[in-house]
Amino acid sequence: MKKIAISELNSLFAAIAADRKLYIPTDDSTGQSQFTIWEEGSILSRNVNTVRSAKDSFFPQVENLMGFKVTGKQIELIETRDPAESFAVFGVRACDVRSFDILDRVFLTEPVDTYYAQRRENVCIISLACGKPSETCFCTAFGIDPAEPKGDVTCWMTGEALYWQPNTEKGEALTAQLSVLVDADVADIEQEKAAIRATAEKLPFGKLDLSAFGQGKTKELFNRPEWKALSQSCLGCGTCTFICPTCQCYDIQEFNNGKTVKRFRCWDSCMYSDFTKMSAGQPRPTQTERFRQRFMHKLVYYPDNNEGIFACVGCGRCLRKCPIHMNIVKVIKTMGEGTK
Amino acid sequence: MQRVKEKAIELLRSGEVSRVLGWKTGEFFYDLTPAVFESVEEVEKGFVFSLFSGANLSKYLIAESKKEGKIAVFLKPCDSFSFVQLQKEHRIKRENIYAVGIQCDGMCDGESLRSAGCEGMTGVEDGESLTVHTLYGDQVIEKKEALLGKCQTCKSKRIVDFDELIGQQGEDVPSDRFAEVAKLEAMTPEERFAFWRTELSRCIRCNACRNVCPACSCEKCVFDNPVSGVQNKAVADSFEENMFHIIRAFHVTARCTDCGECSRVCPQNIPLHLLNRKFIKDINELYGDYQAGADFDSRPPLMDFRMDDPEPSVIYTRGGAAK
Amino acid sequence: MREPLIPMIGVVTNIRVDTPDVKTFRVVGLDGKKPFLHIPGQCAMLSIPGVGEALFSITSSPTEEAFLEFSIKKCGCVTEWLHAMEPGQQVTIRGPYGNGFPVNTDFAGKDLLFIAGGIGLAPLHSVINYCRAHRANYGNIDIVYGSRSKADLVDFEEILNVWCKEDGINVHLTIDNAQPDWDGHVGFVPNYVKELNPDTKKTVVMCGPPIMIKFTLAGLMDLGFDRTNIYTTMELKMKCALGKCGRCNIGNKYVCKDGPVFRFDQLDELPDEY
Repeated sequence: MKKIAISELNSLFAAIAADRKLYIPTDDSTGQSQFTIWEEGSILSRNVNTVRSAKDSFFPQVENLMGFKVTGKQIELIETRDPAESFAVFGVRACDVRSFDILDRVFLTEPVDTYYAQRRENVCIISLACGKPSETCFCTAFGIDPAEPKGDVTCWMTGEALYWQPNTEKGEALTAQLSVLVDADVADIEQEKAAIRATAEKLPFGKLDLSAFGQGKTKELFNRPEWKALSQSCLGCGTCTFICPTCQCYDIQEFNNGKTVKRFRCWDSCMYSDFTKMSAGQPRPTQTERFRQRFMHKLVYYPDNNEGIFACVGCGRCLRKCPIHMNIVKVIKTMGEGTK
Repeated sequence: MQRVKEKAIELLRSGEVSRVLGWKTGEFFYDLTPAVFESVEEVEKGFVFSLFSGANLSKYLIAESKKEGKIAVFLKPCDSFSFVQLQKEHRIKRENIYAVGIQCDGMCDGESLRSAGCEGMTGVEDGESLTVHTLYGDQVIEKKEALLGKCQTCKSKRIVDFDELIGQQGEDVPSDRFAEVAKLEAMTPEERFAFWRTELSRCIRCNACRNVCPACSCEKCVFDNPVSGVQNKAVADSFEENMFHIIRAFHVTARCTDCGECSRVCPQNIPLHLLNRKFIKDINELYGDYQAGADFDSRPPLMDFRMDDPEPSVIYTRGGAAK
Repeated sequence: MREPLIPMIGVVTNIRVDTPDVKTFRVVGLDGKKPFLHIPGQCAMLSIPGVGEALFSITSSPTEEAFLEFSIKKCGCVTEWLHAMEPGQQVTIRGPYGNGFPVNTDFAGKDLLFIAGGIGLAPLHSVINYCRAHRANYGNIDIVYGSRSKADLVDFEEILNVWCKEDGINVHLTIDNAQPDWDGHVGFVPNYVKELNPDTKKTVVMCGPPIMIKFTLAGLMDLGFDRTNIYTTMELKMKCALGKCGRCNIGNKYVCKDGPVFRFDQLDELPDEY
């Protein structure tokens, strides 16, 4: 265990950023926090979480996959992959750290997505325990401990100091480079951890009952009448999808600048009607089916294919940001009551 | 506020309407969801009108008014502007709607309370000021500080169209809503460009602004249409995000009622309403005062022709046009 | 590590006009060889950069060593472009994708009944020719194939001159409406199957428009067939074909990865969303 005085945080960030890009949460002009590249003068946000999740680090909203040059009948393939570079993300909360495991199971299973894999290999995740969880937080419902986030390094912040605990080889290697850190006693943060866990106990959805969901629940849930009322006022926007740390659906599109064709991928949303629309038909014709797909995927289909693991980490972003305040907690509760 | 719920029950019980469009209780005090209630029981269980009923329900009428039977809708003054504009554009079937106007002193939501400094909110007491209970103790904040952006520059307490009123009819109120626009106008083009590039750089193209907008009522948006040539789900070039918002603002020009829903729903707090409001201000200056949704009779300036309309060339040079 | 989304460049060496709206495209790699090996029922992503990428079932049999073939119906942006191009055109190709038919396991030793409608013959074409090439491994082969008119029968020449002439293969053709130059059966596929009253021990492989599938399946049930013995191949919108982009799922199964071939008892376990 190491530590550094809060007043010295800037020198810690400077040291990390010496040989790599460092992303830290900073407040934007409207007071919300975003992961931004650290530079001299960046101020660490004190918000509980960022608007966008940390998934951007490995799965950016838009990414060029390749290019093509078409000349007459000839096609030339142009590799456009960004060179691998190591980077670090500081201040990742326990929920987002867990979300990486969920994304990994999609992108790193065969056939491996090499764009994702390349970034995943080159990152050092520095997590930060949640001093002040929000009422919308419910990571504990998924067995996540906000007082002990995973990652290559785990940090805790008390009033005076940032405590630093490397967990992996990558974390150890980074730690070895950081002479600004001084030795600390593990016991120093016990009080902080206890305080976080005490707050977590009080979270309104911290013990959300998930028993209606999980592996093998498709038949019970798919045709339930509640989907209609739950999805009734859904706007069909992609807010929940795009801010969600575990949503990973993507579209592949092309952009033709007249000289070359860029083939890129971008985040897509199952809430959009064109997500499944083909010239031959539309398997999900109304918002009800699209809405159902999103939640069935997170709470049944994904667990079906991944040993019961839910594709939700309880970060609460959708609770805050849905324009009509519909969210996964309401779905879980309504369906839970409906199936009792 | 209880009277609104009682009215909903009364309308359903009397058979005046078969459905009620209102706001449904959430898990917290602030997370109300627009909902259609089909029975007295449903209303008793879940209907609520409170300080957190900020969502403008009028756009739902496009679909709901075309269904069988009559539907009651509750409209705050600003919502009624959208309601009237949708009628002027023949988007809704008025005969299937029973509109109840409700007076409003401004609304809040979870995010506006958070911006005012609350975190871990578990309850609220609505009074002179707001007492917000949180996991970390009580916090007292001035209501004014926690109002939605759109309510901070409220333009009218007048309910433009209704079948019945709860409370008093109000009037247009003096508003400094164009002050922010004037601030932008006072910038140099470079400063203004930088301002918008910064704001719009946060856009995640979730389409919440478009999908919530009562003026965005196209059956198929040009940005969703693969044969339009401009269909786009994401940035092919970061400038395209900016164009999306600018084109959208153009498309709702003289149709936007300044209901402020775009900025309310933006997860990234982009002040999108300023684009629309700039157009409203321009139209006021070029063609005389006009507010979409403010009445049934006026003709939208962009669909109207008058001999003294300013020439396009004059528009380019600005300034002289309004005089 | 090879990136599965990066395609190889292929060349369309031959284009055969099958019907007014179906053409068959022969594709080889830049080296002139078959781009990759596959099993019957698998698919590949073809694209024209600037137009788009789409998934097509591979029509040629794995036993065809020189090339891959795709019978493609004109029905959207990419297919229209494909139909407009000329031999020598390069395309991008990646694959093969999907599970394919269990030709060496469940089908082995069985009497097979293929039922196809319209362009639905395309994915079955590969299996049929594979089975013909390994004739000893299978029992009798019956093929029921129908389309709107004679002109809409895909691969008509091959059916007539090759399939119809082989021992142990019975071809039953039908068209929706009578026409002067047709002396064969007239009527819809589901009814024809019932009329033929096939042995319920046969393994059925079916592909065609949803309405044909629905009624043929009902007919087969009436005849006493077992759903565990009826196979079909599905089509949903796809982008990655790797089970990652998230759109082609039916319940917890991805058509691109877990399909496109499903038995009806497997489909019964999935939600009705296709």
